[in-house]
Amino acid sequence: MGAMIEIKNLGKTFFTKENQVVALEGVSLEIEEGEIFGIIGLSGAGKSTLVRCMNYLEKPTTGSVVFDGQALHTMSEKQLRKARQSISMIFQGFHLLMQRNALQNVCFPLEIAGVPKKEAEKKAKEMLELVGIADKMQAYPSQLSGGQKQRVAIARALATNPKVLLCDEATSALDPTTTRSILALLQEINRKLGVTIVIITHEMGVIEAICKRVAILDRSHVAEMGKVEDIFVNPQSEIAKQLIYPQGRKEGTFQKGECVRIVFDGRSSFEPVVSNMVLACGTAVNILFADTKNIDGQAFGQMLLQLPDDETAKRKIFAYLTSRNIHFEEEFANV
Amino acid sequence: MFNAQMMQLLAKGIWETLYMTLVSSFLAYLLGLPLGLLLIVTDKNGIRPMRVLNRLLSFVINFVRSVPFLILLIAVIPFTRFLVGTSVGSTATIVPLVLASAPFVARMVESSIKEVDRGVVEAAQSMGASPWQIVWKVLLPEAKPSLILNAAIATTTILGYSAMAGFVGGGGLGTISINYGFYRYQSDVMLVTVLLLVVIVQVFQEIGMRIAMKGDKRSH
Repeated sequence: MGAMIEIKNLGKTFFTKENQVVALEGVSLEIEEGEIFGIIGLSGAGKSTLVRCMNYLEKPTTGSVVFDGQALHTMSEKQLRKARQSISMIFQGFHLLMQRNALQNVCFPLEIAGVPKKEAEKKAKEMLELVGIADKMQAYPSQLSGGQKQRVAIARALATNPKVLLCDEATSALDPTTTRSILALLQEINRKLGVTIVIITHEMGVIEAICKRVAILDRSHVAEMGKVEDIFVNPQSEIAKQLIYPQGRKEGTFQKGECVRIVFDGRSSFEPVVSNMVLACGTAVNILFADTKNIDGQAFGQMLLQLPDDETAKRKIFAYLTSRNIHFEEEFANV
Repeated sequence: MFNAQMMQLLAKGIWETLYMTLVSSFLAYLLGLPLGLLLIVTDKNGIRPMRVLNRLLSFVINFVRSVPFLILLIAVIPFTRFLVGTSVGSTATIVPLVLASAPFVARMVESSIKEVDRGVVEAAQSMGASPWQIVWKVLLPEAKPSLILNAAIATTTILGYSAMAGFVGGGGLGTISINYGFYRYQSDVMLVTVLLLVVIVQVFQEIGMRIAMKGDKRSH
């Protein structure tokens, strides 16, 4: 499959009276058709600017954005507006029209596209059914919960049959349970409709849950990019390590070799990995840090174990982990 | 004191006051609504930033608003004569009323529309909405409750101005109050006219509030 969005050497500088702020510099990335691509970074890293360059709500200062084979910078305002109907967007704050009910909200982009009213309503109903809130059709946004509002926003974003759905911190205002259900919905939409999804977030959990590939943005640059599991297992950049170990990690307290970090990258949640290891090796380990999640019956996350001093026991553990195909690496740790 | 003649005079006064206020309010919105929209749209964070036009418009609006109404009323007499043929009576008063209140209305409209969440505008832009579509389908409908509430305030302000025009023969309850109550020391007439104005203001305000509340989908 080809690239849906191709960004080359993108730069964006905001000019104010006194100074200039570089929001993005030399960003290049390709988002494949049909994938779920994540962009993660701390606040101020330039994520939101990057996603707004993808639909030219922000015009980049340098570089180019090619959407589905068309270079956006060569387009007139009118052509851009037409193109934007194929690049939908959802937001952290939902941004629904407060004076319109759910159905009318979903009709809105269709009205803009000039779809006749009857046809628009039919499509809008289908979309609300797809996102699972057809029963709230007549409700106004003020009567809906955050999760329901985001579902309406997703239905609205999908109404024009877009090729790409940009999600700007779409789950950041939601509680963990609602976040999971919205992420599951996005995954379902990606599978069912083949819509390419770009997810902007500051939460590693969101990336782990549904993204195939990820770009890590740090201070206006792409620090690291690749498959989620590769980066998760073996983060290279400082920022990637910071995002993967949210508690922070300073070296020194434990010597390398005293600790091992094991990574859960989607094996069954029902397999008691650590217990089995302890039983098999006949030696106790101390769990220093653990951050795991169960997503659809699969375990994701990591655990930091303090190893016994005994070299033989250590080797036994390494051998066991290798034999069970569990990824691990020796670590320094400071807990 | 309150003989048939006086009652008739007061009835005519009420009618003239309502006529001046409502026609002036309508015309003031006809001018002020587009001006207010223009202020918003051409703002530096607006959907079509145009700095020079925005600054100029803002200056003119502030300029007119800083002229005291009574001064404006007299200053535009030649213009009023040119338009209406006379400078006294309620129809003539509509001219200065509209001129004085249109800039005020423009600012009211501006502030109502500023309440619309910037994010909703951005969402519309991300769907490919044109500036016109944003004005018609987002800004105006989303600001509607606030626009109506402000319209009630604007109307009552115009009513106050219309009473002031009584000093120069503007017609309506203001003229009655000044001619009978002030010049002839008939304080009972003055009191009645003031009470009538109070009632009219209360009614306008209440109607505006009710329509705004009923139409606002945020307050369910």
